[in-house]
Amino acid sequence: MNHWIVAPIVLPAVIAPFIIMVIRYHLDLQRIFSVASIVALNIIAVVLLMQASTGEIQVYELGDWPAPFGIVLVLDRLSAMMVLLTTLLSLAVVLYVIGSGWDARGRHFHALLQFQLMGVLGAFLTGDAFNLFVFFEVLLIASYGLMIHSGGGKRLAAGVQYVVYNLLGSTLFLFALGTLYAVTGTLNMADLAARVAELPADDTALLRVGAVLLLLVFAIKAAVLPLHFWLPASYANAPLPVAALFAIMTKVGAYAILRFYTQVFGPDVAATEGLVGDWLLPAAMLTLAVGAIGILGAKEIGRLMAFGAIASMGTLLIAISLFTPQGAAAAMYYMIHSTLTAGLIFLIADLIMERRGGAIVPHRPMPQIGLIASLYFVAAIALAGMPPLSGFVGKLLVMDAARDAGLGDTTWVIWAFILVSSLVTIVGLARAGSILFWKSYDPDFVNELESDALPKIDEETRIEPDPLETAPEPMPALSFVAAFGLLIGLVLLTVLSGPVLDYTTATADQIFDRAAYLETVLKRP
Amino acid sequence: MSLFLIAALPFLGAILPALLIRAGRNASSSAAGAVSLLAFIGLLLNAPAVLRGEVVTAKLTWLPGIGLNANFMLDGLGLLFAGLILGIGLLIILYARFYLSREDPMGQFYTYLLLFQGAMVGIVLSDNILLLLIFWELTSLSSFLLIGYWKHLPEGRQGARMALAVTGSGGLAMIAGMLILGNIVGSYDLSVILQNKALIQSSPYYVPALILILIGCFTKSAQFPFHFWLPHAMAAPTPVSAYLHSATMVKAGLFLMARMWPVLAGTEIWFYIVATTGLVTMLLGAIIANFKDDLKGLLAFSTVSHLGLITMLLGIGTPIAAMAAIFHIINHATFKAALFMSAGIVDHETHTRDIKRLGGLRHLMPITFTIATIASLSMAGIPPFNGFLSKEMMLEETTHTLWANSHYLLPVIAVLAAVFSAGYSFRYIAHVFLGPKRSDYPATPHDPGPGLWLSPAFLVVLVVLIGLFPNAIVGPLVESATAAVVNDAHPPHFHAKLWHGFTPALYMSMAAIAGGLLVLYAHARLERGWLAARRPEAKQIFDSLMGAATRTSRVITDTLHDGALTRYAAIFVLFSLSLAGYAYFSGTTVTPARGTTDASALPILAWVCLVGATLCVVFFHRNRLLSLVVMGIIGLIVSLSFNYLSAPDLALTQISVEVVTIILLLLALNFMPQETPVESTTGRRFRDAVLAIGGGVGVAGLAYAIMTSNSVFPTISEFHLANSYKGGGGTNVVNVILVDFRGFDTFGEIIVLGIAAIIIYAITEAILSSRVRARLLNRKPTFPQAGDAHPLMMVVATRVMMPIALMVAAYIFFRGHNMPGGGFVAGLIAAIAVIMQYMASGFGWATERQRLPYHGIIGSGVLIAAMTGMGAWFNGMPFLTSAFGYIHLEPLEEFEWATAALFDLGVFLAVVGAVMLALESLARYAWQPGIASEHPMDINPERDDALDELQES
Repeated sequence: MNHWIVAPIVLPAVIAPFIIMVIRYHLDLQRIFSVASIVALNIIAVVLLMQASTGEIQVYELGDWPAPFGIVLVLDRLSAMMVLLTTLLSLAVVLYVIGSGWDARGRHFHALLQFQLMGVLGAFLTGDAFNLFVFFEVLLIASYGLMIHSGGGKRLAAGVQYVVYNLLGSTLFLFALGTLYAVTGTLNMADLAARVAELPADDTALLRVGAVLLLLVFAIKAAVLPLHFWLPASYANAPLPVAALFAIMTKVGAYAILRFYTQVFGPDVAATEGLVGDWLLPAAMLTLAVGAIGILGAKEIGRLMAFGAIASMGTLLIAISLFTPQGAAAAMYYMIHSTLTAGLIFLIADLIMERRGGAIVPHRPMPQIGLIASLYFVAAIALAGMPPLSGFVGKLLVMDAARDAGLGDTTWVIWAFILVSSLVTIVGLARAGSILFWKSYDPDFVNELESDALPKIDEETRIEPDPLETAPEPMPALSFVAAFGLLIGLVLLTVLSGPVLDYTTATADQIFDRAAYLETVLKRP
Repeated sequence: MSLFLIAALPFLGAILPALLIRAGRNASSSAAGAVSLLAFIGLLLNAPAVLRGEVVTAKLTWLPGIGLNANFMLDGLGLLFAGLILGIGLLIILYARFYLSREDPMGQFYTYLLLFQGAMVGIVLSDNILLLLIFWELTSLSSFLLIGYWKHLPEGRQGARMALAVTGSGGLAMIAGMLILGNIVGSYDLSVILQNKALIQSSPYYVPALILILIGCFTKSAQFPFHFWLPHAMAAPTPVSAYLHSATMVKAGLFLMARMWPVLAGTEIWFYIVATTGLVTMLLGAIIANFKDDLKGLLAFSTVSHLGLITMLLGIGTPIAAMAAIFHIINHATFKAALFMSAGIVDHETHTRDIKRLGGLRHLMPITFTIATIASLSMAGIPPFNGFLSKEMMLEETTHTLWANSHYLLPVIAVLAAVFSAGYSFRYIAHVFLGPKRSDYPATPHDPGPGLWLSPAFLVVLVVLIGLFPNAIVGPLVESATAAVVNDAHPPHFHAKLWHGFTPALYMSMAAIAGGLLVLYAHARLERGWLAARRPEAKQIFDSLMGAATRTSRVITDTLHDGALTRYAAIFVLFSLSLAGYAYFSGTTVTPARGTTDASALPILAWVCLVGATLCVVFFHRNRLLSLVVMGIIGLIVSLSFNYLSAPDLALTQISVEVVTIILLLLALNFMPQETPVESTTGRRFRDAVLAIGGGVGVAGLAYAIMTSNSVFPTISEFHLANSYKGGGGTNVVNVILVDFRGFDTFGEIIVLGIAAIIIYAITEAILSSRVRARLLNRKPTFPQAGDAHPLMMVVATRVMMPIALMVAAYIFFRGHNMPGGGFVAGLIAAIAVIMQYMASGFGWATERQRLPYHGIIGSGVLIAAMTGMGAWFNGMPFLTSAFGYIHLEPLEEFEWATAALFDLGVFLAVVGAVMLALESLARYAWQPGIASEHPMDINPERDDALDELQES
C-alpha cells in the first residue's frame, strides 16, 4: 500500500490543528511549521508526480474498504500534476504572505491555509464523488476564512456574497449527488462511470439532470459565465495574496469538469449526449470575452486582476469543452500557465496595493517601482498570452486543438474570440500599466491628485494595531522572491514546453482511456 | 558563430546595461555596443557562405507537439536585414550615448534597445513561422517600452499604447494567418512552406491566410489605413525613431512580405491588395509629409511614403520589382536613419523641432547641414545619391505594370508621389537650414560633438558611395537577398547605374524633381489650402474609439456585476432550472414501476405544519426574531419526519443541530436590527417569487422523480448493511458508515466544523480590534433589559442538569456504534450542557470556570481523529482502517473495543470545541463594562444578607 497518496491530505490536516492547539499565539512558530509543511508537501508532490509519470494508476483504499463501497484516492497523471501545481503555488503564496506580513493582520492565517491546502489536494486526489463534495466544503469554508482574513467592511460584505453564492453551489452539489445516487446507486467515480455506461437508453432523463447539475456546480467553481458573478468582488476584496492562492480554486472546478466529463460522462456516453459541450463552449467563449472587457474597463487593480483571472478561465474552458484528447492536453498545459499567472498577477497587485493603494490613478512613484513595473510587464505578457511566455504557447495549443476538433466554422469563432480577447487584454493592461507606472512621473498629475485620489481606508473597520503585540517587520525581499519564483516558473514552463506537453498529452490519453481507469479502481479484469 | 548565439546575444546582453549603469553611462553604453558588435561580427562571419549562395541553419526542437521549433536560417534576405539591424544598431548606440541627457535612465534605454534588437534579429533569422511570430510580437512589446521611454510625457505614453494596440492587433491577426498557412502545408518550418507554392495558392484557405498575414505586415509597416500610429510613435527619443521607425521595425512587415513572396505573391489578389495599398500609402504619406511642421513628423510621414513604395514594389510581383524593393530597403535605411539623427541633432541643439521656428541653420551647424542635405537629396531622388538609383528602378518598374487595365495610371500616381516626396525633401533643407539666420531660436544652435554626428555622417558616406558604386558595394548583397525573395538561385542580375540614357524613368525623375521644386515654391499657398480642408485626424478617431471602448466596457462590466447578490442568485436559479429542465425533457423516461405510499393522518399533519411554517417565514421574514422561531418549527418537523421515516440517527442529529443553530442565530440576531427594511420594488419581489416558486417546483419535481424512479442498479448500501457488523464491528450501520466505511468523509466534515468555528473567532478578533469595538461598548439596548438577567431558578436548574446532560452525552456516545447515537450527537449534547451554564450564569462566570481553551479542544479532536487514522499505518494498513475486538472482564459482561470509538472521540471533541468557540466568540460582541457580574446570580438573598451584616458591623 502506497501511503504517499494520502500524505498530501493528512499532513496539512495534522499541521493545522497542531497550530490551532499549540502555537496559536506564536506567529513565528506558525510560520516555521506552515512553511515546513508546504515544503514537505512539495517534496511529496514531486514523488507522486514521479510515480504517476510511469503511467500506472494507483488506488488508495481508505479504511481498507474496496471501491466502490469505501472511499478511494486515485493517483494518476492528472491528479499528480494538479497536486504539484497546488503545492508550488502555495509555496510562493506562503513566502509572500510572510514577507508582506499579511499573516500578522488577523488570526489563524496559517491554520486556515493548511486546511485550504488539505481541501484542494483532497479534491484532486479523491476518486469518490461524495468525498469530492466534502473536500469542496473544506476548501470553501477555509477559503472563506482566508478571504475575510483581517476583516474590513468591504471585505466582509464581499465575503458574504462569496460564501452565499458558493453555498448555493454546494446545495446544487447535494441535489446532483442525490440524483446520481438514485439512478446509479453508487458514489465512486469509477463505478459511476461503469454504471452510467450501462444505463438503459430508455430511462436517461434523471441521469441527465444529475449530470447537468453536477456540471453547474463545477462551473460555479470555475467561474463560467453566467455563474461567475461571485468572483470579481471576492477576489478584488480578498487579501490579494489570498486571491493569488485562489488561482488554484477556480482550477478545482476546471479539473472536476475535465475529470467527470471525460471519465464518467465522457463524450462517447450516449445517455448524456448534447449536454455538456454544447453550452459549455459558448459559455467559455463569453467568459473569456467578459474577462477581457472587464480588464479594459477596470478602475481598480484588484478588479483588473480578477477579470484577468476570469479571462484566463475562459480560455482554459474553451480548451476543456472541446472534449478531445488534444484539447485536454492543451487545457492541462494552459491550466499550469493560468495558475502560475493568476498567482503572479495577484501578488503583483498586492505589491502595488500595499505601496500606493488600489485605484488605477496616477500617484507619486512608489518604492521599488522599477522592480514592480518589470514584474507587471512580464505578468501582463503572460496574462494576455503574448509571446514569448507560456501564455502564447498555451494559446497556440488551444487554437490548434480547436482547429483539429472538427467543429467546422465554429473554429473561426473560437479563434476570433481568443485573438480579439488577447488584444483587448493587452490594450487594457497597457492602459493600466501606463497609468500606474508611467503617469506617476508626470508632474502634472501627481501634484493635483496627491491629496484626494488615494482610496479611503475603511475607517471604522480598520484594524488598530495592538500596542502590546509587536507586529513583525515586513521582509519585502521575501515577497519579491515569491513573485519572481512564479515568474521563473512561467519561464520554465515556456522553455520546457516540449516535455510538459508530452506529459499533458500522455495525461489526456490516460483520462480518455476509461477502461484502464475502471479496471484499476474497481479491480475488474 | 552559431545563429542561436547571434539571436540570443542581444537578449543575454540586455541585462548588462541596466546593471552597468551604476558604473557610469560609458560603461552602460559600451556594454550595449559590445554586445551588438559581437553579434554583428558573428553575422559577418557567416556572410561569405551566404553570399556564395548557401543557407546557414541551426535547428533545435522545442515544442514538436505543435511544430514550434527554434529553427534559424540565414540566407541573403536574412543577412541583409540582420546586417541592417545590427549595423545601424551599433551606430544608434553610439548616437544615443550622447543624445540622452543625464536625467534619462540610460541603463533602461539600452536594455530595451537590446531586447528590441534581439527580437528583430530573431524575426529575420527564424526558420519557423511560429518562432517568427514570437519575435514579431516581442518587437511590438519592446517598442512599446521604447516609445514610452519618456514616461513623464503624455505623448510618449499615448503613442506607445497606440503603437502597441495597432501593431499588436496586426500581430494577432498574423497568428491566425500563420496557423492557417502552417495547416495548409502541414509544417510551420519556413523552409518547407516556401517549397509549396502550388499547394498554398490552390488552397481554399489561401485568401484568408493571405489577408490575415498582410494585416500583420501592414500594421507593422505602417501601411494605409494603419499608418497613423507611426507619427505618434515619434514621441520616442530620436535614437528610437531613427532605429525602430525608419531602419528596422517598420521594415519587419516588408521583410515578411519579402520572406513569403515566393508562396504568397504572384496572384491577382496579392497584386491588387499589396500594390494598391503600397501605392495609396506612398502618395498619402508624401502629401501629408509636406504639411508637417514637426521635423520628426515630416520624417515619419516620409517614412510611411517610402514604406508604401517598397510595398508597392513587392506587390508588383516580378523579380525585378522585388530586386528594386530590396535595393530601396537598403537605401532608405541609410538616408532615413541619417535624417532622423540629424533631426535629433537639431532638436538637441535648438530645443525645438518646429520647422516654423527654424531656418538659417546652415551657418550655425555646417556639419549637420551637410549631413542632412546629402540625405535629403538622396531621399528626393537626386543623383548621384543612392536614393536616385532605387527610385528610378521603381519608376521604371511602374511603366511595365498594368494596373486596373491601364498602363498609365500606375506611373502617373507614382510620379505624383515622387513629386511630393521631392517636395518635402527640399522643404527639409530649405526651411530648416536655408534662409536667413534667426534671432529667436529657443537655444543657441551650434554643431554638436562628434559623438552625435559620427553615426549619421557614416551613413551619408554610405549614401554617396552606394550612389556612386552600387554594384561594387551592395551588388552581391542585393542579388543574394533577391535570390532569397524570389526563391530562385539565379535572380536577375543587379545592374544599377546612374546613367541609363533617356529612358522613361529619367523623364519621370526629372518631372518629379521639377514638381518637387514647384511644391516647395508653392508651399505657403498649399499649406493654407491644406489647413482649411477638413481632414480626418487619426489620433482623435483612435482616441475616441479607445475612449468609447473603455467606457463601453465599464458600462458592460458594471451593469453585469452590479454587486446585487439577489440578482446573481436569480440568474443562478434561472440558469440552473433551465439547464436541468432541458436535460430532463431531452432525456428519455419510462413509466415508474414504483407506486406511491398512502398518506396517513400524521404525515399530512406534519406536512401542513411544514408548509404553514414555511409560508409564515415568507410573510413574516421582516421580523427576524419571529422568523427564527418559525424556522425552529420547520427544523423540528424535519427531525420528526426523519424519525417517522425510520432514521433515528438523523433525527437525533438534526434536532441537536437545530437547538445549537437557533441559539447561535439568536446571539447573532442580537446585533442586527429587529426588522428587515423593505428594499426591493414590487416588480423585483414578483420576479423573486416566480423564481422561488420555480425553484421549489423544480426541486420537488426532482425529488418526486427520484422517489418514483426505477432502480436499475443495486446500491452500494447493500454492501454496507451486509458488512457493518462483520467488518466494522457495529450494528448501527449509520454509525459504521460515518466512522468506518466513510470515515474519511466524517474526518473532512469535522474539519469543516472546526474551520467554521475558528473563522468565527478570527472575524470576532478582527472586528473587536477595529473601531467597531467602541460602538459596541457604547451600545444602548433597544429594549428595556430584564432586571434579573440570571434568574436564580434557572441557574440552579441548569447546574443540576449539567451532570445529567453530560451523562446523556456519554451514553449516546458509547451506544453509538450499535444503536442510534455517536460522537457527533454526543458532542452537540455536551455542548448544549455547557451552553446552558453560559445562558443561566452569565458569560463571565462560565468562562472563569472553563479551563480548557476551546481552540485546544477543536485541535485535539481533529488530531485524535487523524492519529487514529494514522495508527493503521503502523499496522501496514491504509489510513483510517479500523480494528475492533471483544474483551471479557469479570464481573462485567463482554464488551467491544474499537478504534472507531477513538475516531468518534475525535468527532466528539471537535464538535464540542467548534460549537463552544463559535458561541464564545459571538458572546464577546455583547460584552460591555459592568455586564459580567462576578456572581452567577444577580439576585441572591444570601449575599444580600451577608452584605447587610457587613454594613451593620
